[in-house]
Amino acid sequence: MGRIVARSRELLEGPGGWGRIGFYTSGQLFLEEYYTLAVIGKAGIGTPHMDGNTRLCTATAAAALKASFGSDGQPASYTDVDHCDALALFGHNVAETQAVLWMRMLDRRRGSDPPQLLAVDPRETPVAREADIHLAPRSGTNQALMNGLLREVIARGWIDERYIAQHTFGFDELEATVQPYTLGHVSEIWDVPAERLAAAAELLGTCERLVSTVLQGFYQSNQATAAACQVNNLHLLRGMIGWAGAGVLQMNGQPTAENTRETGADGDLPGMRNWDNEAHVRELAELWNVDVATIPHWAPPTHAMQLWRYVEQGSIGLLWISATNPAVSLPDLDRVRRMLARNDTMVVVQDLFPTETGHFADVVLPAATWGEKTGTFTNADRTVHLSEKAVEPPGEARPDLDIFLDYARQMDFRDRDGGPLMKWHDPESTFEGWKACSRGRPCDYTGLTYERLRGSSGIQWPCTDEAPTGTERLYVDGNFNTHTDYTETYGNDLLTGAADSEQEHRAKAPEGRAFLQAAPYEPSPETPDDDFPLLLTTGRTIYQFHTRTKTGRAPELDAAAPDVWVELSSADAKALGVAEGDRVRLRSRRGVVEAPARIGGVRPGILFVPFHYGYWDGGESRAANELTLTTWDPVSKQPLFKVAAVRLESRR
Amino acid sequence: MNLAHYLGLLHNGEVELGKAFREVGRGHSDEPDVHAISLKLAAQCDAHADRLRPFADRYGEEAHDEPERLHSELFHGTRGGGLGLLRDLHDLYLMACECEIAWTVVGQAAQGARDTELFEIVRSCAGETSTQLKWLSTRMKQTAPQALVVL
Repeated sequence: MGRIVARSRELLEGPGGWGRIGFYTSGQLFLEEYYTLAVIGKAGIGTPHMDGNTRLCTATAAAALKASFGSDGQPASYTDVDHCDALALFGHNVAETQAVLWMRMLDRRRGSDPPQLLAVDPRETPVAREADIHLAPRSGTNQALMNGLLREVIARGWIDERYIAQHTFGFDELEATVQPYTLGHVSEIWDVPAERLAAAAELLGTCERLVSTVLQGFYQSNQATAAACQVNNLHLLRGMIGWAGAGVLQMNGQPTAENTRETGADGDLPGMRNWDNEAHVRELAELWNVDVATIPHWAPPTHAMQLWRYVEQGSIGLLWISATNPAVSLPDLDRVRRMLARNDTMVVVQDLFPTETGHFADVVLPAATWGEKTGTFTNADRTVHLSEKAVEPPGEARPDLDIFLDYARQMDFRDRDGGPLMKWHDPESTFEGWKACSRGRPCDYTGLTYERLRGSSGIQWPCTDEAPTGTERLYVDGNFNTHTDYTETYGNDLLTGAADSEQEHRAKAPEGRAFLQAAPYEPSPETPDDDFPLLLTTGRTIYQFHTRTKTGRAPELDAAAPDVWVELSSADAKALGVAEGDRVRLRSRRGVVEAPARIGGVRPGILFVPFHYGYWDGGESRAANELTLTTWDPVSKQPLFKVAAVRLESRR
Repeated sequence: MNLAHYLGLLHNGEVELGKAFREVGRGHSDEPDVHAISLKLAAQCDAHADRLRPFADRYGEEAHDEPERLHSELFHGTRGGGLGLLRDLHDLYLMACECEIAWTVVGQAAQGARDTELFEIVRSCAGETSTQLKWLSTRMKQTAPQALVVL
C-alpha cells in the first residue's frame, strides 16, 4: 500500500494529475466497497477514469433503461415470472447464465397453465430447445429483427393506444422507422423463416401478460442499446409495464453489477445522478462536503475501453484493477497484454487468486471473498441482500472495503473543513453513508438497515418511509423518471451516441412519459468476407463463471467443463470437412484459437466459443478473446463480443 | 435564381465533409469509435451529396455564375495523438457547421420556391448534419481534458 500511495502522490503533484490515475473494477464486490471506491475516485482524486467489468456485461441494460425510462432501475420483478402468460427471452441463455431464474421459469412451464416461450438466439441453447418458438437471427441483426416484430405488432393493432398516448413519447417516429421492415423483408435479408417471424409477432402481440428478458445476445452485439430499447418499446406499445406478470427484465451478467451501477463505480455519478446536471453534482458536493469542481463532471465518464486506450497511450501512470481479470475478459487480448506490459504504468491487481492479469501486476493486493467479509448486494430485480462474514480470510487477504479505506486513510483525503473524506470505517457505517447518497433518487435505500436485512430474504428498493417494505415494481402508474430535473440522462442519438443537451431534453417536455426509441438497422462493424467468412459468437457454459478464477478451482465444476471447444453447424462442418472432436484452428484479424470441434447446436455461418478459458492453469491459444475485436456500442460503450469475422482451418 | 448558387455550395460542402470524415476515420483506427462512426458519417455525407445533385443540376441551368467552394482550406490530413485527434474533430466540426447553416438557407429557399421535394430532402438531411455536429461535440468534450491538461 505504501508503494501505491507514493505513486499516487507523485502523479497527483503534476498538473492534471487526476487524469493519470485509473480504476478498473468489477461486478463482483459488495455495494459498500463500490461506494467507497466511487468516493475515492470522484471526491478524493477527482478522476473520471473509473469503470468496471460491468461495462462488458451490463452497461447496455443500464443504457437502455436510461434511454427508455429516464433512469437505470429494473421495471419488473422476478415474481412477474410467476404471473405471466408469455416469456420472451432475447439473447438470454438463462439456463446457463442464471440457473435459479431458469428453474423458476421451468416450474411455470411444467405447472398448470404454462406460459408460452419465445427464444431469440443464434444457438440451439437449452432455452431454445424448450421454447415454443425459436428465432435464430444472424449475429448482428437484432435491430432488423426487432423492427420487423414491432412493425407487425403495430400494423396488426396489437397495441394499447391509450397507454401510448398518455405515457410515451415518439410513437410517430417509431412507426415511421419500422415501416420498411415487413416480415417478408426481414425474412429475406436476414434469413429467418417468415412464418416463424409471424408466429413470434403474434405471440408477442396477443399474449395478455408478457415478461421479456434481455442479455448478452443483445448487449454484446451490433446496435446493442438500440435493440435492447426495442424490447422496452414492445412493452410500452402494449402497455405491459408495472403490473403483475407484465414487465421487462434487462438482466445483468455478474452478481453485483447492479451495485456497480448504482454507486457510480462504473463511471456514472452515484445514486443514478446525471453528470450533465449541475444541481445533481452540487448535491454530491454538499453530501461529501467537497468543492463542486473536484467532482469529475466536465466530460462524460471515461468508459472502460477509453480508459484502456489512455493506458495504451501512456497517459495513465497508475491503473488499479479490482476483482476482475481483463487479460482474459477484454476483447483483442494481444492488444490488452501489450497495454498491461507498459513499463510506465504501475498496475495494481487486487484479487482472490493469481490471475492472468496478476501476471502483469507491479503490486498484488490479496483480497477476501464473500463469506470472509460482510456487505450487501443487490440483484437484477433490485432486491437488496445482506451477506455476512462466516470465516476469517486466509493469510494476508483483507476485505476489499478495508483495502480501499486503508488507501483513503493513507492518502489523507479531506473534506472542505479538514475532516476525513470517508466518514465511515466498516460495512455498516458505509451502508449508512450510501443511504444518505441514495436519498430521493430512484435507488432510494433509506428505509433499509442491516438489522432489517438480517434474516430476511431480501428487500427491493426503493425502500423508504413511504414504501417501508420495499417496492415490487417500478412505474406502476406509468410515470417514468424522465422529468428533466430528475432524469439520469438527457439522452443520446442511438446511431452515434451524440449527447443531447438539457435544453433539447426540456424542449421535448417528456414530463414522466417514456421514450419510444427508434433506429434503423445498420450492419455490424465487422461482417464476413472471403478471407474471414464465418461469424464468431462467444458465451458461457453453466459450469464456469467469468474467467474461471473461482470455478476453475472447484474440482467438480472444472471436471464438468475442463477445456475450451468450438461449436459449428453440421452444414459448415460438412463443407469444411470437420468431424466431431477434430482439433481446429480459428483465425481472425487479431489472433488464433485452437480447440476441438463440437458439431451442431448453432446456425450455419456462426461459430461459438465459450469465453471462460485463459492460461493460469496451462493451455495455449484457447482464450476466445484472442479473436474478438475492439469496437463498442455507441451509447452503452459495451464491447461487441459477438460479431468477429473468423475463418476455420481444419487441422486433421 | 440564386438558389443554384447555394445548392452548389452545399453540394461541394457535403462532398468535402464526406472526404474529411473518411480520412479522419482511416487516420484514427486506434480509436475504434472515431474510426467506425466517422466512416458511417462519411457515407451519410455522400448520400446527402447524391440527393442534392439533381437539384443542383436542375437549378444550375438558371444560374448566373459558378458557385465557389464553401469551405476554406480547413483540413490538411489527420494528425496523431490526443491533441491531433482533437484538432481533426475540430476541423470536421467547423466544416459541418458550414453545411448546417447552408441546409438552413437552402431549406428557406426551397419553401420560397414552393419546391416541396427539395424541402423534404432538406428536412431529413439537415437533421443528420445536426446529429453529426452533436457527435463531434460529444467526442471532443470527452477528449479535451485528457488531451489538453493531462498529456
